[in-house]
Amino acid sequence: MNGLGDNVLVPLPVLVPLVGAALCLLVHRWVWARRTVSLAASAGATAAAVALVARVADGGIVVAQAGDWPAPFGVTLAVDRFSAAMTCVSAVVVLAVLIYAIGQLEDRVESLFFHPVYLVMAAGVALAFITGDLFNLFVAFEVLLIASYVLLTLGATRQQVRSGMTYIVINLLASTLFVTGVAFIYAATGTVSLADLSGRLADLPDHLRTGIGLLFLGVFGIKGALFPLFFWLPDSYPTAPSPITAVFAGLLTKVGIYAIIRTQTLLFAPAGGRHSTFLLFVAGMTMLVGVLGAVAQGEIKRILSFHIVSQIGYMVLGLGMFTVAGLAGAILYIVHHIVVKTTLFCVGGVVEHSCGTGRLAQLGGVATRAPALAAMFGVAALSLAGLPPFSGFVAKLALAQEGLRQGHELVIAVALIVSLLTLFSMTKIWSGAFWGAPAGEVAREGGLRQSAPMLIATGLLAVLSLGIAFSAEPLYAYSQAAAADLLDPSVYREAVLTQ
Amino acid sequence: MNLLMAIAVGGLYTVGVWLLLQRSLTRVVMGLVVLGHGVNLLLMLSGGRAGRAPIIHEGVEVAAYTDPLPQALALTAIVISFGITAYLLALAWRSWAERGDDKVEDDVEDRRIAALAARSGRRTGRDEDPDRHPLPRTDPMKDLS
Repeated sequence: MNGLGDNVLVPLPVLVPLVGAALCLLVHRWVWARRTVSLAASAGATAAAVALVARVADGGIVVAQAGDWPAPFGVTLAVDRFSAAMTCVSAVVVLAVLIYAIGQLEDRVESLFFHPVYLVMAAGVALAFITGDLFNLFVAFEVLLIASYVLLTLGATRQQVRSGMTYIVINLLASTLFVTGVAFIYAATGTVSLADLSGRLADLPDHLRTGIGLLFLGVFGIKGALFPLFFWLPDSYPTAPSPITAVFAGLLTKVGIYAIIRTQTLLFAPAGGRHSTFLLFVAGMTMLVGVLGAVAQGEIKRILSFHIVSQIGYMVLGLGMFTVAGLAGAILYIVHHIVVKTTLFCVGGVVEHSCGTGRLAQLGGVATRAPALAAMFGVAALSLAGLPPFSGFVAKLALAQEGLRQGHELVIAVALIVSLLTLFSMTKIWSGAFWGAPAGEVAREGGLRQSAPMLIATGLLAVLSLGIAFSAEPLYAYSQAAAADLLDPSVYREAVLTQ
Repeated sequence: MNLLMAIAVGGLYTVGVWLLLQRSLTRVVMGLVVLGHGVNLLLMLSGGRAGRAPIIHEGVEVAAYTDPLPQALALTAIVISFGITAYLLALAWRSWAERGDDKVEDDVEDRRIAALAARSGRRTGRDEDPDRHPLPRTDPMKDLS
């Protein structure tokens, strides 16, 4: 049908890491070999993702039909601007954290098949972004979640087993509900292809459509840690080794948010371009509860984990407005957040690695011993709080402008207060860990134990977040185009069903 | 026929959720297995009434076929839940090996904050900085479990 067109690019971000994982298992005995293979696979996936962004940047959706089955019957892979951007930024983060992990993980943990499992997770994340089939989305979620279960409990300490259990059970429950939703949708429409569904769901009675839509919102709300379904996240993330927490924080909840945006725009969009009061309420509560949780904590990773929850509110806020400007703000926010959040967790991991603890009360004066690290933290923390000229500012400004234009003063006020509290808890980390006289382990003679790959990877991410800030205009234009595509499901439908 | 199936699905969901809410990990795993059965049955149900085998050949009316897609979906779901059940059982065993039982523990941090609130309420009622009073580093779970 298509022959070897440009759509051979589409499955590459999934296939390359999977093949890499298989090779990694073969050469697992040699440390240098498994590291080379996994770095090469990750770099290859990144290159493919960048090529995809270049391909779709001028418009159009690249579609590949798995096994050459025509559209509504086979599994479709489709990449539009939104999925290309997500695939690209996640591939970059996966690569950076891989370098970081090589610098940090103990040999004992790394030899427990870290590399293959990590690559499988990367493949699952990419598949979730590029699939155009509801059941295939479930499979992608399972692939990345099963890999994440293993990563979270790598080493199997008592703490990890306890919090891993919570994480696994809550995610399995969400998966069960996911399949339940798929069964309902299939019974009602007789198809699971997203493009086909977007036409057929519109014919269903309103109450049925709303009910199924809410079920899916709940499912992805659990995976994306929305209020009130977020409680598992701050409980389980901090116990894993730092690089694993960093990549989870950057990517996994955002896959849930991606799925929410995709399904809510393509399948369950409110009629007539109205905003969704329900989503705006959820967004406000997610922001507020998350940040209040963060303010109460006294350990770097736990503070940052609560901030993931809080930041997710901003993304849902953009979706809830259902306008091009709002969604564009949300997309830009997601891209910025993935990079910045991973940077912060990487810095937290370096501090914990070199000082032996992440408790603020036992730290102090890191800035005098490791000024470069402090600078990276500063850049990322100010971006997270949304201070100009850093990357968070652009995204938050876009969201706030659109919110005020539509007259949602209340939720925008909440968003701004939450920004202030974010800044407050970032200064709490800053003054607790970085400022002051060296305390505890930091004061020990001979300086801090620092490993070069960790610093290089963290620095790379910090520079990338600055890059987002300074190329905000083209990025915002791209986000706007992506948002316009999302709000017009017929574009996606036609691209998939006619190719 | 379909009503009977629907009741069966509802029953499996009920039992699964009830087991999921127990504190013993083994029961939680059982709950997930039962929930998985419920979901698979629901998937089969979504393909319509049971009919002939899903093989297309001439002379058989379309209405007499069973829809093959839900069966394929259920098969995938079964394989996934099989793998995860094995992993969960391994974790439950690990939990038992570490602690001697397979009850789900409370979060350490939650208990630390609860203990702190009780302590500071007893003394002066003043708001204390939690970091100044960390619990002993040895084993905070020993006396509480």
